[in-house]
Amino acid sequence: MTVARTNCELAIVGGGPAGLAAAALAAELGVETVLFDEQPTPGGQVYRNIEANSRRHDALRDILGGDYAKGLALAERFRRSGAGYEPLTAIWQVSAGGKLGVSQNGKAYLTKAGRVILATGAMERPFPIPGWTLPGVMGAGAAQTLMKASGIVPDRPTIIAGSGPLTYLVAFQLLTAGAPLHGIIDTSEKGLFETGLAALPLLSSFAGDLLKGLSWIVALGKARVPFFRGRNLAAEGVSRLEAVSFDSGGRRHRLPASLLLVHEGVVPNNQITASLRCRHVWDVGQTAWHPQTDKWGATSTELIAVAGDGAGIAGARSAVHRGRLAALDAACRLGRISRTERDERALPERRAVQRENRFRAFLNSAYHPTEAVRWLADDTIACRCEEVTAGELRALISEGFTDINQLKSFSRCGMGQCQGRMCAGTVARLMSDSLKSDIESVGYYRLRLPIKPLPVAQLAELGNADRDSRPLLPVVEGDPSQRI
Amino acid sequence: MTATNAIVIGGGIHGCCTALHLALRGMRPIVLEKNTVGRHASGVNAGGVRQLMRHAAEVPLSMAAMDRWERLDDLLGPKLAKDCEFIGGIGQIGIAASEAEMDWCQTRVAEMRSLGHAFEEVIDAKELRRLVPGAADICRGGIISRRDGHANPFRTTQSFRLRAEQLGVRIMERTRVTGLEQGDGGWTVMTDSGVLRSDIVVNCGGAWAWQVAAMIGEHFPSTHFASTLMVTSRMPHFIDPVVIGIDRVLSFKQTEAGTVVIGGGILGDPDLNAETADTVADRMVVSAQTVYDFFPILRRATIVRSWAGLEALMPDVIPVIGPSQVARNLWHAFGFSGHGFQLGPIVGSVIADLVADGQSAIPIAAFSPARFSAATGTPR
Repeated sequence: MTVARTNCELAIVGGGPAGLAAAALAAELGVETVLFDEQPTPGGQVYRNIEANSRRHDALRDILGGDYAKGLALAERFRRSGAGYEPLTAIWQVSAGGKLGVSQNGKAYLTKAGRVILATGAMERPFPIPGWTLPGVMGAGAAQTLMKASGIVPDRPTIIAGSGPLTYLVAFQLLTAGAPLHGIIDTSEKGLFETGLAALPLLSSFAGDLLKGLSWIVALGKARVPFFRGRNLAAEGVSRLEAVSFDSGGRRHRLPASLLLVHEGVVPNNQITASLRCRHVWDVGQTAWHPQTDKWGATSTELIAVAGDGAGIAGARSAVHRGRLAALDAACRLGRISRTERDERALPERRAVQRENRFRAFLNSAYHPTEAVRWLADDTIACRCEEVTAGELRALISEGFTDINQLKSFSRCGMGQCQGRMCAGTVARLMSDSLKSDIESVGYYRLRLPIKPLPVAQLAELGNADRDSRPLLPVVEGDPSQRI
Repeated sequence: MTATNAIVIGGGIHGCCTALHLALRGMRPIVLEKNTVGRHASGVNAGGVRQLMRHAAEVPLSMAAMDRWERLDDLLGPKLAKDCEFIGGIGQIGIAASEAEMDWCQTRVAEMRSLGHAFEEVIDAKELRRLVPGAADICRGGIISRRDGHANPFRTTQSFRLRAEQLGVRIMERTRVTGLEQGDGGWTVMTDSGVLRSDIVVNCGGAWAWQVAAMIGEHFPSTHFASTLMVTSRMPHFIDPVVIGIDRVLSFKQTEAGTVVIGGGILGDPDLNAETADTVADRMVVSAQTVYDFFPILRRATIVRSWAGLEALMPDVIPVIGPSQVARNLWHAFGFSGHGFQLGPIVGSVIADLVADGQSAIPIAAFSPARFSAATGTPR
């Protein structure tokens, strides 16, 4: 694209399942829709690089599997829908008035949307253990993304630790792709047997999913990958990861490794709704914040809706239907369809969402995060950008700080390059533990633009800015000595 | 009912410093803060400790404040003084990028000398480049105050708070004043968490101070605004002095952490009732342009955060410091109009002098609440 879009009826942020489904349906209903996404092609994280990978005829295609392949239909429908598409584009602000800050090709501009659907999905839950900032420790989901995007497979001794289905899926995929997998450490509270029992009521509806999970575990067992049920993980090493230690079977183990992949589920990516001061709720089941939304995904901010995992984790299949619900509501608000039509079309989508919610409730109870939310030792780093330890934060709390933003202002936690994404939940939890108070009263970091780091050069040449927005107070103009 | 001899309304730097100095004079003040200490202008300003280019009326106060900044140890003790992260003697520089601005610098310095103040000097392009090696060719020179510097505003306010508490001051956070009544026995202060009695009251309410004044029927033409700052990711150390623009919008410094804080009067959208402000990208462009023009090294830097703090604004852009015009035993210290942080260590001591001795050795006539007497008594 060479010309900045000055406005659109419906802006959708994020090109994963929710965003693709929402954009396709809205455009089909005649809404002038533009989808902004950071990736070069449609798919988001879950269907990353789906179009190119679907054309492959090698082992990787089989390794990525049938669930992944389902993303192709979504991408194709989106491509046919006539929705505008802005790939390789970062959104660094969304204002309550629908003004989007867009960054693309090294240039920034502002665009005005009549309605906004945020489909920003989820991020892996940060996993603060001793040594987690060492090079060689990364998310299992991030490793999977590397495999999807570039076919990169680890070639050094690798250990996977965490809980939840993705842990086993990634282990299975890496094993199949030939990665040297030297161990799996399952950190979930319940054993496989208990989890299996809990899943029995779901067997009729979700047999495919449950059997798939079982097949990964069987394959890993067959390949004799060492398996542990472990707690109190620590990444050890001087300048990079050298070993992983953990408690299992009543003693401490230590496994040499070059790569530790960790995973304790995903949490909503809520930076934009937090910056908009949308109402948020603390989800006890998922141990995470999410914006409060109605059954269409609408937030407490008039023009803004959220679809998919960004509104609370329910998975990729649910995200498609939640995307369509948000699109139907947008089409209705923008005058393309009547309320009656919206409500009728919503029925099958809503049924599908409810079906997925049952499976999600099972996953939440079976794989409640334990390692990632355990009591942090005082020398464990809570904020990795600014290297603030749990102990430093506890000392400040004991000096009288009662609000998360006071901790931020004093210690710099949450002020770094990740803009608080990695530590907001950890610091809030730490504060709520120390003060014995409700996590909702501790609150969230106050966030303002830019939601993604923005080069000074781009801001200096911002396109479409409202040039009447005078930067100075009238009283100080013309008299430098009255500079504020 | 809690009774004390002094209540300070507002837990910003001036409120904490006032309570601290009243405690030094033997009183047992209570600070009432509707949010948390340093939540607004005191905690989120740019941290400039600047005598440079101040209003002439503020210069004596500002110079006295600078003496205090340089001796923070005496007031706060070494640990709390260190926490302020004050760095002085690095200078603040107003950069001139045009002949007209250079002329203005000459005139300003001459005027200040005629008033007996010699702390500002004109510097040429060579001296500017010696002090600020990264300045672009368009920077022709400017005006400098060499004693100036910067501090960490949130930490400084906390240090004043902690020192005040050490001296017996009680700080009540999340306590909002809802009414003020004067009777024979002193002041009755109504709050959302109970009623207090006090002999005297000091109003350090910042952007909300006019509301406190209105409770006793004293009306000020005070408005509020939200000054915006943006900050870059950490960069290698490249500049010591703080630089500000003259005709151009800019205030700029590199912090101890390596981040660069850019501000200088960019307005956010304030919301007095919600007690917050949004930053507005459209208005940040001009500051970014000036930075871009003056410091080529920053063209590659990325902005990672922006924020805005709520602050009171007086029509003449200088503060209100002095006794109420409608009630006895109530003093005001507010309306710093965006440049009150440097005055932080001194204003509380001036108020304590006024309370105890009825006068201050530092000239403060220009800040008298009486200058708005035309507005006094008339509803806003």
